[in-house]
Amino acid sequence: MSTLLQQLANGVVQGALIALIALGYTMVYGIIQLINFAHGEVFMVGAYGGLATYTWIVPESVKDVWYVSLPIVLVGGVAVSVAIALLMERFAYRPLRNAPRLAPLITALGVSVFLQEFVRNFYPNATAALPFPGVFVQGQLVIGPIRVGWSGILLIGVSVLLSIALQTYINRSRMGRAMRATAQDPDTAKLMGVNPDRVIVLTFVLGAALAGVAGVLFGTYLNNINTDMGFQTGIFAFTAAVLGGVGSIRGAVVGAFIIGLVKTLAGQYMPGGTQYDYVWIFVVLILVLVFRPQGLFGEPERVRA
Amino acid sequence: MSALLEVRDLSVAYGAIEAVRDISFTVEAGHIVSLIGSNGAGKTTTLRTISGLLRPTGGEIVFDGKPIHDQPAHTILGSGLAHCPEGRRLFPRMTVEENLQLGAYVRKDDGVEADMQNVYELFPVLGERRHNKAGLFSGGEQQMLAIGRAMMSKPKLLMLDEPSMGLSPIMTQLIFDTIKELQKQGTTILLVEQNALAALALSDHGYVIDLGQTTLDGPGHELLADERVRAAYLGED
Ligand SMILES: Nc1ncnc2c1ncn2[C@@H]1O[C@H](COP(=O)(O)OP(=O)(O)O)[C@@H](O)[C@H]1O
Ligand SMILES: [Mg+2]
Repeated sequence: MSTLLQQLANGVVQGALIALIALGYTMVYGIIQLINFAHGEVFMVGAYGGLATYTWIVPESVKDVWYVSLPIVLVGGVAVSVAIALLMERFAYRPLRNAPRLAPLITALGVSVFLQEFVRNFYPNATAALPFPGVFVQGQLVIGPIRVGWSGILLIGVSVLLSIALQTYINRSRMGRAMRATAQDPDTAKLMGVNPDRVIVLTFVLGAALAGVAGVLFGTYLNNINTDMGFQTGIFAFTAAVLGGVGSIRGAVVGAFIIGLVKTLAGQYMPGGTQYDYVWIFVVLILVLVFRPQGLFGEPERVRA
Repeated sequence: MSALLEVRDLSVAYGAIEAVRDISFTVEAGHIVSLIGSNGAGKTTTLRTISGLLRPTGGEIVFDGKPIHDQPAHTILGSGLAHCPEGRRLFPRMTVEENLQLGAYVRKDDGVEADMQNVYELFPVLGERRHNKAGLFSGGEQQMLAIGRAMMSKPKLLMLDEPSMGLSPIMTQLIFDTIKELQKQGTTILLVEQNALAALALSDHGYVIDLGQTTLDGPGHELLADERVRAAYLGED
């Protein structure tokens, strides 16, 4: 029983992390129908950006004062993620805007491999996993049999808060309306004066900022980062987005928590343990897609007039 | 009188298929001008090219004294040219209010709220259902919203592509009355219709388009009386 409760708590932390990344997949897909396979690497470079900021920018005297160093590290991680996403959009995807759908998809895979190799080769000592500082309150929250590190609690809080903020921004702001209009009918959005390039850039920036936050908080939680982390977590996040209904903000968040829970519970209770958690996640995905191809919150595929 | 919109020798192609060949027409400020022609004549293609959604293969489009055929589509509305597209093309998963707000997307002034109230006064049914999703509306209500949305930018010229398509005769009449009213309020109108009779009756000037070319033009009432027009478009022999 206590193991189950503990695994549920771990699953929620995992879900919170996956949600921050899944939002980027789902937003970009909603606007330009591209599965940006390199989005996992945007998360990964955010972690390395955060680590670099901590190592070379945060002054020694405040390195242990988390409420000073964490904000600086977050800004550094987000800045690197956003910069990489902007370059990716401008130089890899924009030239392929009118190309057949397969071209940007393959390009995304190429960008993903490129970024992994780039960091592995040029970040000092990144050929092995690197320690990441615990730039938050140390220790654990203990509720009965459950123990969750404070940095895990932080991850949950930030993820929920940013998801709500994003949803509110998209539903209420002028640019959010322009984003939804472009997603629903790009040509008519142009007739309203909406500049599609601005909307697309904004979409990449928002997704990358969330991924950058996720990268830093992941490092803070696990105290360890490597160049494969984007690929691994990216697959979970992508699956969460599809499960929730790609293009749907709420779907991505709900999908992420489902994936997080399935992953930890399957790792604990299913044959094969954590080695095979992927298998169970894909089983859930396939089951959902068989009965609801558009995902939990997705709009059914419709033909445009 | 000066021409607000001038289209000269416009040609547009979809790949190898030339949909519009050397079309020329003029819209004077304050007028209602209609382009009539059967299905596939090239009317929609012409409007989409004026709006910048398609690029011409030849010719020019001059609006308010400036050539606009090289401008990106999203900049056209800002210069005062609104396009109410064929099939309404509302944002179906947004509310009436959000659709109207998007119509005013390019505006920076603070009169947007008041203009929204004007739309609700003109079409009370929209006001009653302002928080409902546009996709759930009837054809007539959708057309009202499409026109209202296009008016929200306060355009100098409003292009309407088949506003009567799929509407009941009563609803069609309401839409045409609204168009006349917009003209009275100072908006210039470029109207595309298959419903030639109703369109020409309303128009200061009309152009007949056939197989991508302008074949006839003249004041609305003259075209209405023209035997060739009556034979081809009004179902008379
Ligand atoms: N997207 C498209 N691709 C290829 N051909 C098209 C496309 N849209 C329209 N056409 C062709 O261009 C011609 C003019 O079409 P259109 O401008 O829609 O005419 P109208 O609005 O007068 O009915 C037609 O022959 C039509 O088949
Ligand atoms: Mg048409």
